Amino acid sequence: MDSGVYITLRDVVFSRSGRRIFDGVSLDIPRGKITAIMGPSGTGKTTLLRLIGGQLKPDSGEILVAGESVPKLKRKALYTLREKMGMLFQSGALFTDLSVFENVAFPLRVHTSLPDDMIRDIVLMKLEAVGLRGARRLMPAELSGGMTRRVALARSIALDPELIMYDEPFAGQDPIAMGVLVKLIRDLNLSMGLTSVLVSHDVPESLSICHYACIIADGQVIGEGTPDELRQHSSERVQQFLQGQPDGPVPFHYPAADIGSDWGLGGGSA
Amino acid sequence: MMDNIAALGRLGLDVIATVGRAGRFLTGVLVGVPRPSVGFPLLVRQLYSVGVLSLAIIVVSGLFIGMVLGLQGYTILSDYGSEAAIGQMIALTLVRELGPVVTALLFAGRAGSALTAEIGLMKATEQLSSMEMMGVDPLRRVIAPRLWAGFIALPILAAIFSMVGIWGGMLVGVEWLGVFEGSFWGNMQASVSFTEDVLNGVFKTVVFGFVCSWIAVFQGYDCVPTSAGISSATTKTVVYSSLAVLGLDFVLTAVMFGDF
Repeated sequence: MDSGVYITLRDVVFSRSGRRIFDGVSLDIPRGKITAIMGPSGTGKTTLLRLIGGQLKPDSGEILVAGESVPKLKRKALYTLREKMGMLFQSGALFTDLSVFENVAFPLRVHTSLPDDMIRDIVLMKLEAVGLRGARRLMPAELSGGMTRRVALARSIALDPELIMYDEPFAGQDPIAMGVLVKLIRDLNLSMGLTSVLVSHDVPESLSICHYACIIADGQVIGEGTPDELRQHSSERVQQFLQGQPDGPVPFHYPAADIGSDWGLGGGSA
Repeated sequence: MMDNIAALGRLGLDVIATVGRAGRFLTGVLVGVPRPSVGFPLLVRQLYSVGVLSLAIIVVSGLFIGMVLGLQGYTILSDYGSEAAIGQMIALTLVRELGPVVTALLFAGRAGSALTAEIGLMKATEQLSSMEMMGVDPLRRVIAPRLWAGFIALPILAAIFSMVGIWGGMLVGVEWLGVFEGSFWGNMQASVSFTEDVLNGVFKTVVFGFVCSWIAVFQGYDCVPTSAGISSATTKTVVYSSLAVLGLDFVLTAVMFGDF
């Protein structure tokens, strides 16, 4: 395996409920860089993260993380590999019965036998990194959406992972919260040397911080490269997505019968 | 006609698939018991949640059911001049049947539905997924303590139900209707067998506790993670648990007490 590549996907095919989500996706995610995976809603971006994390198994193809074939790992080995991964869920997915402090302490308590005072110091350092040391006694229900994601981010880096996956981190955030998250993702990548995979359809924010990006649509990678390369990409579909044009190769109208038939003007029945 | 046959076949396949998933799920939970140092505090917390918090409904129901048994028993038995047998009638009814069955039904409604809703909501809010991604198996951390807590709590709740019910029957029979207290307790002691009646009743509660807890945690874990899915899973928990308890009660009673 190329030492500069942390995650490799080769000819990954995945179907769910009879629908093919990925049809031969191949992708290399570089080590220590921020890679943005973008694409229209419903194209399976989150599913891709779940395939990388081993929560789903592909129908065929290979998924290598840190040199290990994720679909072939036994349960125990998979859970061990996941200790090297952090994942920020779109909803934050904080444990609602635990305080902010205990949420961040959770992976430390489960996976280490560190004494309480050391766990306290680590948790406060992680919360300080996301700017929420002062919110440690709050419960998840008392947090705003942006704060919830920052706490979840602190929890996902509690064990100092090698890889962190962000699932739509900017969705539904106000401009300030979005700016905070953009800064945090960039700073964490720089300071911890994390390999970061960012799934998003927020084009400006994603391209502003990623080193490498790819666009997925209709089960395949339709464009990839550095942000500048993508902006110059010749594909009309890539340009339609990046510029947010309402009509183009991805049509404005959902496929339908001739409009005359719906108004009883001849040409067939509804 | 062919459509109906196909629909029936599809239903059969769905049922078999669900039973298979439930079996694999149960194996995963039973194999994945957490270390005692981790698992015991989690178990104690769940015992409080499903056991102690169910006490109020169990005690109140047991009291009223015992009182009704006392009243009905006295009315029927006094016609034959046998009101002194009211104690044994109440005790046998509660220990053999009503204690295990009614406790299991109340447990399914109170604790089972709460377990399903809690686990379903954890699934819908991605808490279970996030646990998996942190390298923590939710079957061990979340499901196993809840399953074992239900399994342990139900027999204890049923014993409390029967004791309170007998006390309620005594209040009505002895204190209110004037049955001689010595006859009430004496007949009960003479006719209730520890091995035949009490242990068989305990065995029923163990089976019901296992089935009700299994159904509750599986429905939560297997639900569609939406509000409608959680609602449907909660309903299924109560319906399936009730039917399973009543059906198994007949089978167990036939095996234990049937004189074929």
